[in-house]
Amino acid sequence: MSITSGLTPVITRDWATPDLFTLAGYQRTGGYSALRTALASDPASIITLVKDSGLRGRGGAGFPTGLKWSFVPQGGNTPRYLVVNADESEPGACKDIPLMLIDPHLLVEGVLIASHAIRAGHAFIYIRGEVPEAVRRVAGAVREARAAGLIGRNILGSGVDIEVTVHAGAGAYICGEETALLDSLEGYRGQPRLKPPFPAVAGLYAAPTVINNVETLANVPLIVANGVTWFRGFGTEQSPGFKLFAVSGHVTRPGIYEAPFGVTMRELLDYAGGMRRGSRLKFWIPGGCSVPMLTPDHLDVPLTYENLQAVGTMMGTGTPMLFDHTTSVVKAVARWLSFYEHESCGKCTPCREGTAWVADILHGFEQGRGERQQLTLLNDVCSQIAGRSFCALGDAAATPYPAAVHHFPAEFHAATETPVDVTFDPMLTTVFAAAGRR
Amino acid sequence: MTALASGPAGPSAGEPEALVTAVIDDVAVRVPVNTLIIRAAELLGTWIPRFCDHPLLDPVAACRQCLVQIDGMPKPQPACAIGLTDGMVVRTQATSAVAAEAQAGVMEFLLINHPLDCPVCDKGGECPLQNQAMSSGRPTSRFTEPKRTFPKPLALSSQVLLDRERCVSCARCTRFSDQIAGDPFIDLLERGSAQQVGIGDGVPFDSYFSGNTIQICPVGALTSTSYRFRSRPFDLVSTPTVCEHCAAGCALRTDLRRGQVMRRLAWEDPAVNEEWNCDKGRFAFTYISHERITEPLIRDREGVLQRASWSEAIAHAARLLAPALEHGRSAVLTGGRLTWEDACAYGRFARTVLGTDDVDFRNRPASAAEAEFLRSHVAAAPLGPTYDEICEAPLVMVVATDLEDECPILLLRLRAAVRRGSTQVAEISPVATGAQRKLSATRVNATAGQEGAVLAALNAFPAGTVIILGERAATVPGLFEAVGARIAAGARVAWLPRRAGERGALAAGLLPGLLPGGRPLLDPAARAEVGRAWGVDPSLLPTAPGRDAAGITEAAAAGELDALIVAGVDTRDAPDPHALRAALAGAGVLISLEQRHTEVTAQADVVLPVAAVTEKAGTFLDFEGRARPFPAADRQSGALTDARVLALLADEIGRPMGAQTVAAVRAEQVGLGRWQAGSATRSAPPPRAGRPAAVTGAQDAGRLRLATWHTLLDAGVLQRPEPGLAGTQRPAVVRLAAATATRLNLTAGSPCTVRTEHGAITLPLVITEMDEATVWLPTNSPGSAVRTALRAAHGDEVTVEAGHAPVVSS
Repeated sequence: MSITSGLTPVITRDWATPDLFTLAGYQRTGGYSALRTALASDPASIITLVKDSGLRGRGGAGFPTGLKWSFVPQGGNTPRYLVVNADESEPGACKDIPLMLIDPHLLVEGVLIASHAIRAGHAFIYIRGEVPEAVRRVAGAVREARAAGLIGRNILGSGVDIEVTVHAGAGAYICGEETALLDSLEGYRGQPRLKPPFPAVAGLYAAPTVINNVETLANVPLIVANGVTWFRGFGTEQSPGFKLFAVSGHVTRPGIYEAPFGVTMRELLDYAGGMRRGSRLKFWIPGGCSVPMLTPDHLDVPLTYENLQAVGTMMGTGTPMLFDHTTSVVKAVARWLSFYEHESCGKCTPCREGTAWVADILHGFEQGRGERQQLTLLNDVCSQIAGRSFCALGDAAATPYPAAVHHFPAEFHAATETPVDVTFDPMLTTVFAAAGRR
Repeated sequence: MTALASGPAGPSAGEPEALVTAVIDDVAVRVPVNTLIIRAAELLGTWIPRFCDHPLLDPVAACRQCLVQIDGMPKPQPACAIGLTDGMVVRTQATSAVAAEAQAGVMEFLLINHPLDCPVCDKGGECPLQNQAMSSGRPTSRFTEPKRTFPKPLALSSQVLLDRERCVSCARCTRFSDQIAGDPFIDLLERGSAQQVGIGDGVPFDSYFSGNTIQICPVGALTSTSYRFRSRPFDLVSTPTVCEHCAAGCALRTDLRRGQVMRRLAWEDPAVNEEWNCDKGRFAFTYISHERITEPLIRDREGVLQRASWSEAIAHAARLLAPALEHGRSAVLTGGRLTWEDACAYGRFARTVLGTDDVDFRNRPASAAEAEFLRSHVAAAPLGPTYDEICEAPLVMVVATDLEDECPILLLRLRAAVRRGSTQVAEISPVATGAQRKLSATRVNATAGQEGAVLAALNAFPAGTVIILGERAATVPGLFEAVGARIAAGARVAWLPRRAGERGALAAGLLPGLLPGGRPLLDPAARAEVGRAWGVDPSLLPTAPGRDAAGITEAAAAGELDALIVAGVDTRDAPDPHALRAALAGAGVLISLEQRHTEVTAQADVVLPVAAVTEKAGTFLDFEGRARPFPAADRQSGALTDARVLALLADEIGRPMGAQTVAAVRAEQVGLGRWQAGSATRSAPPPRAGRPAAVTGAQDAGRLRLATWHTLLDAGVLQRPEPGLAGTQRPAVVRLAAATATRLNLTAGSPCTVRTEHGAITLPLVITEMDEATVWLPTNSPGSAVRTALRAAHGDEVTVEAGHAPVVSS
């Protein structure tokens, strides 16, 4: 019987240890013992292990990690690379950066095990450049690990050589798209690449490459240390394991709550102390602004890949944002579209032109200048972006509006006459204004 | 669908290719595996709308206009980037509502910010966006917000302008520049809806191929300074023509309005230029209508040229030629720009009317060794090695030419071949060049003039190697012997003259000792064949090989020639312009057939105006030996071809040679054909005094060998007046190796003087990766008229020293 509710501190077990970010602190909690186990095993057996665990990518798409690793052609002397996508920039997503700040060695250990598994001689950690603290923490961990013989030539006497490079991005959401990340890492303008060839065949510097999310790799040492049965003891058949749910928004105690897949939003909300005083939940988004929003009716949906899909949304990054009754859904959607418009790389027509158009129209609604027939137009334009763009950024941009108008049509209708700031006092929705009223 | 198997993207000959069966719009197609959906659909007659797609560029799938439905795929997919696999079922807009809606959606997006300035846009009327908006767009716009604007136009270079608000970000221009031309001077900048094409700070789009981006732009975002706002496409009369500038033989389209050439485009010929041309071929045409001579001119008793009627001028010329006819002491000098038909007429006129074999088309440094090589290996050669053959050769050895400057389209073809891995290139050259970089070519170093020795010393070449031999091979001692040895060992040679008419002139027999079709003058059978074709008694043809250009120049200057007929010769092209001027002055009678006033017409007794390339039909033989016939683009000018003028003169003299229309000459030559006997070499006349062999002087400080060639864009007379084009010329500089500069105490950027006993050229010094005993100068660029100032050719010895003046023109 799997555990599908309750808090399960696994990744976060030792996060209260003040010096966890140091090598000494990490090793005191048993760190790098999984690496020793892994180095003593055949790389193929690690891939099998991760495959059997059912671990799915934590970056948003939920692709099975072991399967991804198995796509990398083995044998031969061609270089292979592991690239870590630590470019966490999705509005609402805040789990990888805390992980890197608190427990960077867990990531490094995961990187080393994964590199060994796919026989990559060099791993690159691409970290969002706006968070220099995270870059410093991870770079520091890499430095310490190298000094301790955990990185470099003949790691721990195993004969395995793995180099790790930390790279700071320059602040583009698109560079979280894995092929754009590769372009950026190679020194080019970050724009997604045409697939095929897929990165597993021709990725970084045209060599076979695996790109994994930070949280995904943080799971790997735990799976190696504790085994498949233990891992599958959490979550569900299709969504095994546990997840860093970064709960944000109008809740009493925003933060990272680690729980098995299958936990409900209602439970997480309880852990977070409920909605802030005097407010009630209006809508919530399970995983970053790129997935469709849900309402209080969905609080009991188990947070798994399969259950969320069944109600028309997605796990995404698994970082729920909750909004209370003071929030204008029109304004929220307009803000998100401004983000997508700003971050669209410009490569493909639907995203380049569509996001700007949708954002323009939504700003009209925000100011009370919307027109009824534009609601249909917005739906049309979103459907002309979704599934037509070059990469998933366009799909993401086309997501917020249709769900919002589906759940809250009246609000959009109201915005054809009244500016949303009149209907919804913007001061009330802020954290500080609410605090001041108390 | 077997016809598909021979598509341009097909594998190399002889390799069986895997065919797959797929279904497009319910029609089964059998095509080579990975044929792009968009190409396969074209073969079915279905035009999937597209912007970024271009058959010669790598797919990018950026515009999303070509979305189609593929069974088993949840989202519509770009037809331009997905290859057909066995069993694939595809639905285009013809049978899929999803595909049609996806395309309509993308079209709407492309149009929302596109300005409605079609009535004043150069592209209006021939615009893929306009056309496809009609087929896939909405009748009315749903976009009510303000459109995106940019300051306009942005000059990417002196000849390419960019109106950013018209751009649809298809990246055709940037991909062309990067992939095809190897000149990544332009790129997409900024992101999202602010994305735009741009150049780096202070680094303009100075590519020799920049005009192609204007042509492949699917909207009017890129325009040329020369054509912008000049005309409307529906007012143009278009004619498929052939470029007259170099020996590449590019297919062009010449567009005229009211008899004036408004623009020229690269036209499609997959066997030759694919769909590209160089900026010289595209923009250098204003010379055609510039300062033309329109009427015959006769020099009066006071020595002044006076206008005359055709009959008067022809009669006068015939009278002046009478003494020359009597003694057969006359000669014909032509430049390398004649059409093959005109060249044939000059050859026949010399042999049957003037009775001389003193003919030469090489108004440039030449040699007896070159003439011998041309007679024995090129004049009677069939087609080839062709572009396609060169691109499939295991090794292409480039000698004595810079492909980017002297045959830019061959560079593009070879670059494409190198990129797809079908050939590799090496070059024997004293200088590391952009062409070598673009071809990933290995440079085998040779001091200028030593290329022959280096070629001889190299290891055996792989079977099937092609040697590309450029114009300046003529002045490299021992090079033709080395090439001959390579030919004997199985290599093929492509002779790459610089000018469009040289191969045709050679085929026409405009070389002493050579009759049309590569026939040796001394061979009685050859003489008999030619006599029959010309309708003259073979015994009346000259019996001894005549003088070459150097010999003619010398003889004329010495007063040994009664008459000199000169056609299309620029004195500054001659190996020694001063000697040619002396020859013009020394000839008994000088008759000039010309388009505009030159140093020759200034001395001529009779000037007979002739048609420019747009005003006549004709044929150029490109360097492959491929006939490139073209019709007259301008049928109204009334200008006569050289051949017609010669026919009039022949009639007047009483030794008629028929009408010499283009059709007549072609018929005569087709009947004659190429010389089939294998004994061409025995026709060789005794070598006349060629260039002196290389001096083996000691390496004094400052005594260096001169490497020189014409850059593509230079002070050439056919490039004027076109300021936009001139603005993209590469600045004239002196090039030296770093070690040489250090040895001579010269610094980069400082003036540097190259000197011979005749004069000096001073230009800024650029340090270049090159041979340390060589100095490089452009042959004919502003401030660097090597032949006039130095009277030196490639391989000659020169002195290099610090220059004191800034930059002086010579």
